[in-house]
Amino acid sequence: MKKFIALIRRIFLFYYEGFRNMSGWGRKVWIIIIIKLFIMFAILKIFFFPNFLKTKYNNDQDRSDYVLEQLINSSEKHD
Amino acid sequence: MIEQGASSLVDWSRAQFALTAIYHWLFVPLTLGLSFIVAMMETIYVRTGNEEWKRLTRFWMTLFGINFAIGVATGIILEFEFGTNWSNYSWFVGDIFGAPLAIEGILAFFLESTFVAVMFFGWNKVSRKFHLTSTWLVAIGANLSALWILVANAWMQNPVGMTFNPETARNEMTSFWAVLFNPAAVDKFLHTISSGFLLASMFVVGISAWFLLKKREELLAKRSILVAAVFGLLSSLMVAYTGDSSARTVAKVQPVKFASMEALYDGKTNAGLVAFGILKDSGKKIGEKKIKDFVFKIEIPDLLSVMTAGDKDAYVPGLNDYISGNPGKLILSATEKMERGRYAAKLLADYKKARSEKNSVQVEKIKGIFNSTDFQTDYFRHFGYSSINKPEDILPDVSGSFYSFHLMVMLGFFFILVFALALYYLFTDKLNERRWFLWLALFSVPLTYVASELGWVLAEIGRQPWIIQDLLTVSRGVSNINTGAVITTFILFGVMFTVLLISDISIIVKQIKNGPRH
Repeated sequence: MKKFIALIRRIFLFYYEGFRNMSGWGRKVWIIIIIKLFIMFAILKIFFFPNFLKTKYNNDQDRSDYVLEQLINSSEKHD
Repeated sequence: MIEQGASSLVDWSRAQFALTAIYHWLFVPLTLGLSFIVAMMETIYVRTGNEEWKRLTRFWMTLFGINFAIGVATGIILEFEFGTNWSNYSWFVGDIFGAPLAIEGILAFFLESTFVAVMFFGWNKVSRKFHLTSTWLVAIGANLSALWILVANAWMQNPVGMTFNPETARNEMTSFWAVLFNPAAVDKFLHTISSGFLLASMFVVGISAWFLLKKREELLAKRSILVAAVFGLLSSLMVAYTGDSSARTVAKVQPVKFASMEALYDGKTNAGLVAFGILKDSGKKIGEKKIKDFVFKIEIPDLLSVMTAGDKDAYVPGLNDYISGNPGKLILSATEKMERGRYAAKLLADYKKARSEKNSVQVEKIKGIFNSTDFQTDYFRHFGYSSINKPEDILPDVSGSFYSFHLMVMLGFFFILVFALALYYLFTDKLNERRWFLWLALFSVPLTYVASELGWVLAEIGRQPWIIQDLLTVSRGVSNINTGAVITTFILFGVMFTVLLISDISIIVKQIKNGPRH
């Protein structure tokens, strides 16, 4: 157990010191990553990219019915 | 009006996906190739103990890190788009894409996030060998991540290893190995990663050439050119080899795309390979579609027949064969495929009706037909044709396919020459004198990006109108959402990716100007 805790501590310190001693370009890049991920997951995903089938239908049966309808629909026009 | 609205939705959804994929692909190939170049340089450092190689490794590793960090997760947006803009398609393929994309996610997260940290934070903290192992694992991990994405894309080009379940309206994987070793996937993976190696090698050669032009860091620049030009030359030969093998596979599994790549309208024996050509409106039509034909071309006699079938007398089918059919060559006409596709769609409609009427006998009967191999191979494989209006609608943009293919191939041969010249001038100690070549190497860097993007342009426009070859058209795969929302996100992505690209380039250029640290 002690060995495991020591290992976790070493890993934590490895990352901690790595981030603390990061070069100028490293800091800039991390700022860009954080802003990018925030825009992607907190803005785009939530407000602009809801899952169409999950938001419109409650269960897989309804979703498959809808898609089946879509698949057949354009074919029926030709009959 | 409704038709126009639908077509506008499809066009904007396509444009949005293309924009995202093109920007994403500006970051990926450099990561794929530069990771290996850095690993090779570090291996030389560990083996020789020469600190100059360590300096060199750290310089290129910095550029790799910037590109990797800014590009990372840009591909996730494509997955957002699947769920929102392409919900019919996502549902239809869900089970097939699930496995490869899940493996990709796990691999990317564990391999890359763990060992990338060791690469950048681990200098002087872990042993040299452990650090080197981490660098190699990042390179292998990044390329393995690409494998799973490419397996998923290849399935869309050549759907194999699955069966369609009418109950769930989804394709279900019947053989993971058939999906993984899909000939289209093997070719696509090898061709794509080798093109990434080529691009990264040219990046290193080009930037090193800039150092030589500025008379800075000459030893480091020449050492970089040595590693990158050898790797680049081998990679560019591999690109040519895998490109040839990829084209043979396309000829088998996507013959309409193949004929479009060569703008071959009428099939023939002793077909020549077009080395160079110019297409113009010919006044001719296939059905109601105007076609562009050659006003000028340079052709290598018999080569297309030899390349596709290994025999100069072999018949290479043209686009007209796939529109009108060619019974002698066992090619079904588009009209016949449309009829078969509509039969499959009618059966699916009957199934839905029987299910809603709770007619279990009829449901089981239709399920039995769906599960039969004959129905799957003779009818359901043409299911997508059920939504094709006219036979000529199966034609992709012929001139777009032709030019993207030929320009990509020309650039590919040009890069072989650049790498060979780089090595020749390096070994004859004439690199510094040949300033024209140093400029040429520098300006070849953006050309590798052009060639790399053209490969994707060809792959994707060449398979139109299909989103999944012969099974689902693009217009059927799209979600019924508001076009305005798609236009808004298109603009948002355009702005976001442009900002990311400008940041990437400006931070990289600054680091290059700073040069390797002492």
